[in-house]
Amino acid sequence: MTSLSQQETFDCRQIFAQTLTELARQDERIVIVCNDSVGSSNLNEFKKEFPDRLVNVGIAEQNMIGVAAGLANSGFIPFVSCAGPFLSGRALEQVKADVAYNMYPIILCAQSPGMSYGELGPTHHSIEDFSWIRALTDITLLSPADPKQTKDAIHWAVQANKPVYMRINRFKIPKTTPETASFEVGKALLLKEGKDVTLITTGILVPRALEAAAILEKDGISARVLNMHTLNPIDKEAIIAAASETRGIVTMEEAITTGGLGAAISEVVVENHPTKMRILGVSHFAPTGSASFLLDHFGLNVENIVKSASELVG
Amino acid sequence: MTRIQEVLQKDDPERIAKLSQIASEIRVDIVNTIAAAKMGHIGGDFSVTDILVSLFFGVMNYRSQDPNWAERDRFILSKGHCSAALYSVMAKAGYFKHEQLGEFMKPLSFLGGHPNRRKLAGIEANTGPLGHGLPIGVGCAVGASLAKKSYRTFVALGDGELQEGSNWEAAMFAGHRKLGNLMAIVDRNRLQQGAGTEETNSLDPLADKWRAFGWDTYELDGHNFAELLNVMEAPDTGKPKVIIANTIKGKGVSFIENRVEWHHKVPSAEQNIQAIKELTHS
Repeated sequence: MTSLSQQETFDCRQIFAQTLTELARQDERIVIVCNDSVGSSNLNEFKKEFPDRLVNVGIAEQNMIGVAAGLANSGFIPFVSCAGPFLSGRALEQVKADVAYNMYPIILCAQSPGMSYGELGPTHHSIEDFSWIRALTDITLLSPADPKQTKDAIHWAVQANKPVYMRINRFKIPKTTPETASFEVGKALLLKEGKDVTLITTGILVPRALEAAAILEKDGISARVLNMHTLNPIDKEAIIAAASETRGIVTMEEAITTGGLGAAISEVVVENHPTKMRILGVSHFAPTGSASFLLDHFGLNVENIVKSASELVG
Repeated sequence: MTRIQEVLQKDDPERIAKLSQIASEIRVDIVNTIAAAKMGHIGGDFSVTDILVSLFFGVMNYRSQDPNWAERDRFILSKGHCSAALYSVMAKAGYFKHEQLGEFMKPLSFLGGHPNRRKLAGIEANTGPLGHGLPIGVGCAVGASLAKKSYRTFVALGDGELQEGSNWEAAMFAGHRKLGNLMAIVDRNRLQQGAGTEETNSLDPLADKWRAFGWDTYELDGHNFAELLNVMEAPDTGKPKVIIANTIKGKGVSFIENRVEWHHKVPSAEQNIQAIKELTHS
């Protein structure tokens, strides 16, 4: 088997734009609202085919969300495409009031999330979105791992008729979702069975979790790997099973750990089946460095995942 | 600046008298509703009342028994704290029963302190935090033009809330898109919660600001139905329109008018009686 680190890698922006263009041909209700991000969101082809259905409000994120809400009021299904930090941060009150509280079927697409803008620094990182959006309980919070899950998530969101937030990854990773796997919102995707420890992760960290599991296997530790692509609603059943069937849980997320994936899982664990956990993620505003460097810097590398899991159940 | 002149002659006096009568009844409903709940924003309710009455009983197309009718004109009360005025108007328009106004702000009520479309069909947007209504209204107007529908969108704004930057993001975009199907009405009562707008963070020259953003701008007496209707019913000019409606906060009751403390003061039982007396005998 080829090691994941040697496989071809993909970012998810291309499949995002391609899927939306295909869906827009079949469904006239689909429109895109963006903030001067046509090029960076890969939307030039969409714009060429549907010039009227790409509403570019310019650099004005509060208005962007309000306009999306008005379009939803008018019967459209707006996809808001915007760099993650400015979508969840700059327009957070609009996301709360105009999208979540109004319960409008708007799909918020956070482009280049996490620390994928690397050297541009914390102003351009979107590590707080899991915590902030998770607090808006009417919004389904998705974190697809690869192109297949991104495509499946978009297809699901179009018919969901409720608010959705999803990360659209820029950081290139190999495909990890089996072609036959279905995308069930609120159900974790089991990628590897294991009985000693469970690794639960999401988004671009899925390949690292799988690599860590392979190393742990050689060390005699059987690691279960779950891709928790839905943070809200969280898959309680899979978490309780992990807590009761394995001896500990390691979570990893490209996000601040205060209120994120690890916190969501902890809430389920402490109320249902307390067990040992390690929560790996971003602890603070990042120093200068590439996206890849920063993942390693915060301990989101294969070596540290292996170490954390070994210590937890060793 | 377009000053509306000689409009009284153009408008039907009977129609104006009917709207005045409705407005008087609405103000009575508002003061009773707020006195019963012991909560509310009576000053801004009274300043925006004639604007709401003009829209709901003069200008807009809607079906209160079919509130989600796709062709309806959209109305958004951006100054959502003036919900008692909106609820009173909606009750009279038939969205719900008049006696249900008594549920205003009661526990679990569908008539909360700020409007909620998930509880009351006919509300287009859940407003409350200021500066949200106009962006949503811009989206409705863009949506109508994309869907090739003829409905119009009206947004009522407080003047104080124009200190929120999101309004100007929306104003800029509406001007850019030449949204002739969009109308903003600024309830220019010149008072915000704690003081006058001009002493807090001045808005003037307000008409110049809107004009600079590409809007057709009309400044008029926000308690004069003939002037309001004349602009509200004017044909599409290919630009968004804004009415700067000069109003009196607390309009209609002498001891409430133009007093900053009546932003959200609640009338006592005696004041309630006095207010109704003034509203029904003027």
